[in-house]
Amino acid sequence: MNLIALSGATVGYGGAPVLNDLSLEVRAGETIALVGASGAGKSTLLRLLYERAGAAAALAPQDYGLVGNLSVFHNVYMGRLDRRNWIGNLRALVRPARGDVQDVLDVLRPLGLDDLIFQRAGELSGGQMQRVSVARAVYRGAEVVLADEPVSAVDDHQSRDVLRALLGGYKTAVLALHDRALAFEFADRIIGLKHGRIALDAPTVDLQPSQLDAIYAA
Amino acid sequence: MLCGLAAALFALATADIAVTTADPWRELGRLVEGLFPPDFLAVESLGEAIAFTVAFALIGVAAANLAGFLLALAFHLALVRTFAAVIRAVHELFWALIFLQLFGLSPLTGLLAIAIPYAGIFAKVYAEILEEQDPAPMQAMPPGAGRVSAFLFIRLPEAWPHFRTYSLYRLECGLRTSAILGFLGLPTLGFHLETAFGEGHYDQVWALLIVFYALIATIRFWARGWAIPLLFLAAFLILPWDRIAVGANAWRFLTHDIVPHPLRTEGATLTAFWDWLVMMVRDQAAPGALAAMQLSVIALALTCLLTFLFYPLISPLFFGRAGRGVGHVALVVLRSTPEYLLAYVLLQLWGPSMLPAIIALSLHNGAIVGHLVGRFTETMRLRPDAPRGVDRYFWEATPRVYRQALAFLLYRWEVIMRESAILGFLGVATIGFYVDSAFAEIRYDRALFLIALTAVMNIGVDATSRAIRRRLRLSTRISVR
Repeated sequence: MNLIALSGATVGYGGAPVLNDLSLEVRAGETIALVGASGAGKSTLLRLLYERAGAAAALAPQDYGLVGNLSVFHNVYMGRLDRRNWIGNLRALVRPARGDVQDVLDVLRPLGLDDLIFQRAGELSGGQMQRVSVARAVYRGAEVVLADEPVSAVDDHQSRDVLRALLGGYKTAVLALHDRALAFEFADRIIGLKHGRIALDAPTVDLQPSQLDAIYAA
Repeated sequence: MLCGLAAALFALATADIAVTTADPWRELGRLVEGLFPPDFLAVESLGEAIAFTVAFALIGVAAANLAGFLLALAFHLALVRTFAAVIRAVHELFWALIFLQLFGLSPLTGLLAIAIPYAGIFAKVYAEILEEQDPAPMQAMPPGAGRVSAFLFIRLPEAWPHFRTYSLYRLECGLRTSAILGFLGLPTLGFHLETAFGEGHYDQVWALLIVFYALIATIRFWARGWAIPLLFLAAFLILPWDRIAVGANAWRFLTHDIVPHPLRTEGATLTAFWDWLVMMVRDQAAPGALAAMQLSVIALALTCLLTFLFYPLISPLFFGRAGRGVGHVALVVLRSTPEYLLAYVLLQLWGPSMLPAIIALSLHNGAIVGHLVGRFTETMRLRPDAPRGVDRYFWEATPRVYRQALAFLLYRWEVIMRESAILGFLGVATIGFYVDSAFAEIRYDRALFLIALTAVMNIGVDATSRAIRRRLRLSTRISVR
């Protein structure tokens, strides 16, 4: 089943195209790794996929998009802000219900953030903020997650835990990754972007790591 | 924040906020009726009133600009800093009252009343602009170059755009001050407003107000580079310079009238002076200062509330262009109306109590800070999946602007305090009330004592606000417009 389908799409900002002639399908149950040199258009593609998927997708953007003045709990809770009306949300802002706190804790625990639940997000380190952003996406519980460099600020060891937690919550995922080893380890399918076009789209089992070199070469 | 709220609630509980007129709604109705339509022709010499208002503002602000600039160059001296702080701590209306005794109803009164405090404000702002400049270009200069050359080539050109922007803002403030100086008898808009109000000609009131708003709203069009010298010349020509009469009165005022009574009479003793001081503090200064504090704290709390209500009105996070246009108009009207004028209008409608002053201060300052916060949100970029509507207000926007709003509010507290003292002229027993009474009773020594006290209070509040901002580590750099 196709969750998102693109056919011959061209995407740009203010007239200058960034991505050309894109055709791809995101099928349910797949984990896709998006690879490419910086500036190749990975974030733009994810943005496009998000616009096509709408409410069916959860987003973990590259700049985290956290509200520094609110706590970790509130930032994660924002993943489900559309499930209640504003009065219910206001209650959660001022006086969180125990059930909500438990749900958020369940999401934070695999990411190692449960002891920071009421810390102000602005006071966390870069890696912690990134994990909060991932937690928010997990908490949302949508059908597909679109994550832009979800583990760029955490070390090798932790990044595997974080990806496991993220993919534990989502059967379908599109992850932009710069680490090829992680791409091979976690993805079913790898899509490579080069100069705004899809240069590679194949199941991981059919690929060798050296084949990715061509994607990054100038 | 909670301390402030508690203080405000306590102040509110003890304040006098009764509406005392017989039929406030009817007066309000008649005021609104006057808007349809406003009567431009009936106002005597409307053109002259505008001309005088602009003339006083232009010359006064220009003089202050130059003086303030020169003071700013010497701001490394503590004496200069203190001098600037003292002259700007005394409100323009207080200065006007003093100069009325010295020069009578002449142009010099109005000009000095604007120029002196504004010079202090210009000095402080210009000094801050010069201080916060990037030091790199200065360090890259050849060592032999003189200090004047260095200043002319590097520091002045970099600061110039900031000076220009701020000068325009100060000119706008100057127009407001010039207008309310009319309430003291000078021939500006305030004079005609008071007359029209007193006679109940609300259509004329609206005519004057609309012209005033138009004047301020179009300032960018008529206050341009090449037009300013022409306007300047015109201003010099129309002011009635022949009315200046600095005579024996002035000398007596300075050497005799303002000296405290016990010290002037025969057999002056220190105990008599001490008794006089105690009496002043106990009967006038303390209650006046307390009332001013009370008023400023309540007004600050209400301003805070209004800020958070107003800022979405001009924020692109909440409204499109049309909605923001309406918001802008509303806030511009509230911002442009001098607090004194707003309080005066409400006083006529509701009678004497603290209520008109509270509402006037809060609406005016709420619009100003709301505008600043709203502009602050213009550079905010939210995530693609950010919530909309009320959720956006509580979860994305307000948490992000909170600290900046607090910084603006604390900065504004000093201004509110200053105005609180002055609003004593209008039915609330702050220090201004006692100053007004002292002037009316021709007891200039008491008046000067109380004015000096307001200056001290003002400097105190300014220092407190600065300390609080430093403790909360809030940025004190306010960008004006």
